[in-house]
Amino acid sequence: MRLLPATLATPLSLLASSAFAQQAAAPAVQKSLNIPAIVMFLIFVAVTLGITYWAAQRTKTAKDFYAAGGGLSGLQNGFAIAGDYMSAASFLGIAGLVYTAGFDGLIYSVGWLVGWPLIMFMIAEQLKNLGKYTYADVVSYRLQRVPMRTLAATGSMVVVILYLIGQMVGAGKLIQTLFGLDYTYACVIVGFLMITYVMFGGMIATSWVQIIKACLLLGGATLIAILCLWHFGFSPEEMFKQATIVRGSAEAPNLAIMGPGTLVTKPLDAISLGMALMFGTAGLPHILMRFFTVPDAKQARRSVFYATGFIGYFYILTFIIGFSAIVFITKNPDFLGPDGKILNGSNMAAIHTSAFVGGDLMLGFISAVAFATILAVVSGLTLAGASAISHDLYANVFAHGRANEQQEVFVSKIATVCLGIVAVLLGIAFEHQNVAFLVGLTFAVAASTNFPILFMSIFWSKMTTRGALIGGAIGLITAVVLVIIGPTVWEEVLGYAKGSAPFPSKYPAIVSVTAAFVGIWLFSILDNSEQARQEHAAYEAQDVRCQTGIGAEGAASH
Amino acid sequence: MQQDLVHKVKSNPKYHELVSKRASFSWFMAILMLVIYYGFILIIAYAPKFLAQPIGAGWTMTIGIPIGVGVIVAAFILTGVFIHRANTVFDELNNQIKEEVL
Repeated sequence: MRLLPATLATPLSLLASSAFAQQAAAPAVQKSLNIPAIVMFLIFVAVTLGITYWAAQRTKTAKDFYAAGGGLSGLQNGFAIAGDYMSAASFLGIAGLVYTAGFDGLIYSVGWLVGWPLIMFMIAEQLKNLGKYTYADVVSYRLQRVPMRTLAATGSMVVVILYLIGQMVGAGKLIQTLFGLDYTYACVIVGFLMITYVMFGGMIATSWVQIIKACLLLGGATLIAILCLWHFGFSPEEMFKQATIVRGSAEAPNLAIMGPGTLVTKPLDAISLGMALMFGTAGLPHILMRFFTVPDAKQARRSVFYATGFIGYFYILTFIIGFSAIVFITKNPDFLGPDGKILNGSNMAAIHTSAFVGGDLMLGFISAVAFATILAVVSGLTLAGASAISHDLYANVFAHGRANEQQEVFVSKIATVCLGIVAVLLGIAFEHQNVAFLVGLTFAVAASTNFPILFMSIFWSKMTTRGALIGGAIGLITAVVLVIIGPTVWEEVLGYAKGSAPFPSKYPAIVSVTAAFVGIWLFSILDNSEQARQEHAAYEAQDVRCQTGIGAEGAASH
Repeated sequence: MQQDLVHKVKSNPKYHELVSKRASFSWFMAILMLVIYYGFILIIAYAPKFLAQPIGAGWTMTIGIPIGVGVIVAAFILTGVFIHRANTVFDELNNQIKEEVL
């Protein structure tokens, strides 16, 4: 994939806003204050703080704090999942990728969606039936509590911290460009708001921030897409035709943007990327946590149904917006920098398009939505990280299950503040670093550590604690090492010569996920200890609960 | 869960019907999704020209576009099919099991 243009070189980075990090060196960073955007953003903040106040009144038990009392409906949770998953950059990044490369953008949209049906078929109901607040509940159900909780919490924390850094840096850059605010202030504002939502409002506030954000993002993108299509008489064919003419000429339209380009050239890379996206999605702790916010397995599967619909619909909208951007932006001097390229980078394609079709007001609205989007994602991450610290490490590892609910929630709130401060500091520290590799790393770790131990603990009766620990550790180490010695870090971050990376691919999942599964299998069957026999025997009861939901955590009684 | 309840559930023939029906259906759907997705990816990798041909004479739109959008729509439809069968067949069986053992 080395022949890719620079804009496509780090496609995974689109998922988090970290693609914006590449613009650090862009000379034309807009500094003027964007008043409509700020006003609309302040309205969003006021509404969400109001909700946080309301949520705080209702957050009394640990179950309220971690799982919104288990009282969300499938539809509400579907919106919240979509709000958790659709980051600012999957909006701006995919539209930008379509703007740059046309059809190839669709390939990524598809990859990010197909994990969802698999989550529904394999994981959603099982999680709800076996767990309480975190996915560590499931993997430690019949295995040794202390080592399994420690492993699961470590996997969660690694994913949360890596993802948070990418989001904070992306947020800082984006807000700097859109609102004209200083990078450091932007990080501090994001950190302050996310701490407030999570600490006072717990999962109830976080869920509602995500629901509102999902509605705003879906509504905003629908509006832009309709305005775009209106320009073409609601004919997609006309849109495609004009796009090929703008990129070529009336006599010789550029048809290359209408078919597969340079994105997928090595089949193994494509398969590996697909594995990272699918299994990584099913290993993100903040996503897995959402399945505990509904009362039963039926609502859990309903959540995925709605979420898949919203996310799929959203990707189709970004495709329309990206193609329209080709027509509106490519030769429009209003949106081009002095170098003749799109102002502030291709990730701005959707933003520029909103300004083109809807003027300053629409630009302000979409900028505010982008800010809200970041806040919703980082809040979900922070809550997942705080839960791993309080529910898994504090309550189950250090206090050995003897901590009471108040103590546990108190620790969670302290953890929220600490994580928030750490995220802001890391965001500031990484301002000038190339963090695009972090998203690939995040998904690789989630796919190679969290997903295998979760999947095997549900489906394989013979997995033992030893097998899970060694296999999970192998997956984690393999993923991290292969990313470091792969082209993304070795050549782009560490600066070694092109082609010198010891591991030839940017996508380690095919190796690291396989290594994790093989490790879990091998060290489980080699485990002949008495403890292993007990763990195997305990699978029967776990499976009955998993299949029927008998004994599962229900909705709150109040 | 108490051991006697576990045995009660496991000795119920409907439990085995539920487990085998649901497992085979889940795996079938999961493999179907993987075949659709990786089929799309492999066509892109090995036969990109197939996707780059126009959907008809005089058209700019290529067949890759409805196919790509089709994969997205297929993912949604598969979740819909799964939910329908789960809500009717599986939940019905599960409720019968719960009534009989609890």
